[in-house]
Amino acid sequence: MFSVITVENLGKKYLLKHQSGQQPYVALRDVLSDGVKSLGSRLFGRNTLLSRSEELEEFWALKDVSFEVKQGDRIGIIGRNGAGKSTLLKILSRITEPTTGSVRIKGRVASLLEVGTGFHPELTGRENIYLNGAILGMSRVEIRQKFDEIVEFAEIEKFLDTPVKRFSSGMYVRLAFAVAAHLEPEILVVDEVLAVGDAQFQKKCLGKMEDVSAREGRTVLFVSHNMGAIQNLCNRTILFDKGTIVSDALTDESLQLYRKLARDIKVDASTGIHNERVRRGSGAVRFSSVEILDADDEIRTSFGMGESIRFRMTYKVFAEMKGIAIYIGLRSGLTREFTTSVKHIVTLEAVAPGSRGEIVIDLPDVVIRPGEYPLYFHLSDAEMTDMSIDVLDDLTAPLVITASDNITYDNYDQTRPIGYFSLLSRLHYSNISG
Amino acid sequence: MREQNSEIVIKPGMGALHYWRELWRYRELFFFLAWRDILVRYKQTAIGIAWSVLRPLLTMIVFTVVFGKLAKLPSNGVPYPIMVFTAMLPWQFFANSLTESSNSLIDNANLLTKVYFPRLIVPGGSVIVGLVDFFISLVILFTIMAWYRFVPDIRLLLLPLFLLLAFMASFGAGLWLCALNVKYRDFRYVVPFLVQFGLYISPVGFSSAIVPEKWHMLYFLNPMVGVIDGFRWAVLGNAFPVNWPGFSLSCLLVLIVFGGGLLYFRRMERSFADVV
Repeated sequence: MFSVITVENLGKKYLLKHQSGQQPYVALRDVLSDGVKSLGSRLFGRNTLLSRSEELEEFWALKDVSFEVKQGDRIGIIGRNGAGKSTLLKILSRITEPTTGSVRIKGRVASLLEVGTGFHPELTGRENIYLNGAILGMSRVEIRQKFDEIVEFAEIEKFLDTPVKRFSSGMYVRLAFAVAAHLEPEILVVDEVLAVGDAQFQKKCLGKMEDVSAREGRTVLFVSHNMGAIQNLCNRTILFDKGTIVSDALTDESLQLYRKLARDIKVDASTGIHNERVRRGSGAVRFSSVEILDADDEIRTSFGMGESIRFRMTYKVFAEMKGIAIYIGLRSGLTREFTTSVKHIVTLEAVAPGSRGEIVIDLPDVVIRPGEYPLYFHLSDAEMTDMSIDVLDDLTAPLVITASDNITYDNYDQTRPIGYFSLLSRLHYSNISG
Repeated sequence: MREQNSEIVIKPGMGALHYWRELWRYRELFFFLAWRDILVRYKQTAIGIAWSVLRPLLTMIVFTVVFGKLAKLPSNGVPYPIMVFTAMLPWQFFANSLTESSNSLIDNANLLTKVYFPRLIVPGGSVIVGLVDFFISLVILFTIMAWYRFVPDIRLLLLPLFLLLAFMASFGAGLWLCALNVKYRDFRYVVPFLVQFGLYISPVGFSSAIVPEKWHMLYFLNPMVGVIDGFRWAVLGNAFPVNWPGFSLSCLLVLIVFGGGLLYFRRMERSFADVV
């Protein structure tokens, strides 16, 4: 077996802007006004004004990464958020250039990145198969040859001429995967898509990937937070942390390390305080640990639909507080919108500096759509006068919800609510008159 | 399509190598994207493709009434509607292509950040969509000419040459604007203004002959003046002689815009995925 991917000393540097807002793009207005400002300070001899460019901070998303992939390998790529997995995939699929190092790739790379990339909602299923195929690098002839197979695999025969905007998200994923699975690249890159869709289809996809890899000698790179899927599919797994490779070994070995790493995210009073993107607050109180547990009090981040999730948090008080309140929230992966729990009042009494506390919150019987959800923890005083006294935003490993066999998408229990979150409701009144 | 043994090397600063060959390899995607834009364009509209006919036709009528009937501007013996519509062809092509291509990269941001292909395909596809409208308008022009029993001469065969000029002006300006738009979102406000403004300084509703001599240098700095004068010369014949020095100046500017646009786009291209 020869190497199909050789990565040597790969590094990618980003420049982070601090003051000038979240957007990576700039408004011409700012450039002009900065120009005027610096001109002004030069004219008047004042050098106190920092120009925006001086607020840039270097950030290595990947550093000194080297590994080799042999033909037919099924490689899992795991790591916490911001570990560098996505950056690696972006470089492998040539979307962005590395800053240092090199990659040699033998053969065609196709990526199945996010659901429906390149789908156009107004176009029909049929039209989107052609469009998406072309975007993934198939020729028109190839798509025509595989068209029937794709339709059959996706199970959307009846909706072939319906605009995909009317598709359910399950159908959407199935179609997207079907197109990509029938692409015949030498290297298939899959980035966290199988978390969506029902359990049955997930199994079918994993089966198909295993199939193509084993029978046709194709190479698969699979990025996921879904440890079950990684374990099923991959013979070797690379664990990333903070832009470097922590472990490149048999899947079981790397998974073990990852679990340890996930458990070791010791959120203490100082973790991430300097990074305003993930931790904010005035500092009167700080979380000193956050744990996610299952019904048996085992630490876990991946849960099947319908399981119970327990959050155990401890905190330390640094300045006198008028009571303590907490809420937790889930962000949705794609839009980062978030939904919170109610605000739980822990106490209304004044709390003195130096106090410590522990809070346990249960989410019983969760019906959340399969997917990956960054977590949000918010600690404040009871009145929430100082809106954010400590906020952890996407600092811990995200919560992963997987489909389970008894609750599926297309065949769900009609007596239960379904969607991102369960919506408890009661039929209060109804009247039918003849 | 099979390249089992071809090896791709990814290194910093490698983007430029084999760019044009890559572009050829991705030609099918180019046509698919253009095809998508054409399909999507009039979906969920009541009269659909008829918009492509109606828009230039109505503009032509307004211009004919305002400039020809009310202001009584000369049309050198050619029916005013034909004179206006001949200029509408390249102008609409330019305006539509510019508007579409300047937003094209941002509209396709999800593709740019997920899939690799030569980025030139995206604004290129937008110009192709403009070209489809152009050919629809061309049919309308011939219909109007038949209606007025206006017979063009042999020079009409040179029209593709001027179409190429119009293409270079549109694509060149589009490349500038879409690349700038990724970096500075202000440009999405600049484009509608530019298009509106351009309509008044280009000879769409009037002929170049009424522009006083002393303004010529400034007037011909507008690349579209050369393109439109060329179109009129090819379609309408001797009634619209070309001011060759001015025309050359316009052509030179088209070349500068096109060449500069390509260079600027290629320079910015590598950072699109990180910025958009």
